[in-house]
Amino acid sequence: MSEVCRVAAERRGNVAILSTDGYINNQGGEEIARQAYAQLESGASALVLNLEKTRIVNSIGISILIEVLEKVMDRKGQLAFCGLTPTIDKTFRIMGLAQYAAIYPTEAEAIRAVATA
Amino acid sequence: MSLDANGAREISLTIPVAPDMEIVATAQAAAVGEFIEMPRDKIDEVKLALVEACINAFEHAQARDDLLHLIFRVGRENAREFLEVEVLDRGKGFDQASVELPSPEKTFSGRQKRGWGLQIMRSLMDTVAITSGEGGTRILMRKYK
Repeated sequence: MSEVCRVAAERRGNVAILSTDGYINNQGGEEIARQAYAQLESGASALVLNLEKTRIVNSIGISILIEVLEKVMDRKGQLAFCGLTPTIDKTFRIMGLAQYAAIYPTEAEAIRAVATA
Repeated sequence: MSLDANGAREISLTIPVAPDMEIVATAQAAAVGEFIEMPRDKIDEVKLALVEACINAFEHAQARDDLLHLIFRVGRENAREFLEVEVLDRGKGFDQASVELPSPEKTFSGRQKRGWGLQIMRSLMDTVAITSGEGGTRILMRKYK
């Protein structure tokens, strides 16, 4: 597991896809938030967070993801997660993230869902 | 890896209270989990529980020695192998009864986004025992293979 979380952004119409690689702690969460807000400012109305290359998200990282989710919800946008390991999926459900954001197994399913929402 | 009094095998590790040191601890947990051929998803659960224990200690314990003392133990109980992690700090301790339980409702209303560490540990591990006092805090977490 990398100590530094890398975040790659891709845009497909109004959907921004952020793909992470590595440990999502406070710094990783802040980098995701920075890129997510930049995408929202540049016109994206939906975000897909693909975590398939991340095996640990700590509770600080999740609290930052919740802030991102709240900002998307404030803008009446959509946010979906995909590629979660069973442990991350379980943790998201413990903290209630799954009540407010959709979780899909694959990126293709997540994109399809938020693009048509 | 040495044998303890009960015949369990254990490894000790001491890490400084410093950013990202929890990663060093999780690498050790993974190595010990792999040693007993614990499934990868269960190792991930141990790693995250350990991360949360370390972060809590880093943020709140105010350890007098600026260190976190860890023991990774593998053993067998009723024919079931387990990985046990002991996290000990020599900090100020805390009163478990005074810890406010988090909830998704509080988290999403903006009142309490943090404070999930203990809940996550208890949800991901099979057993969690916490003793805390003026001498510090000891968290003993066990996961069966």
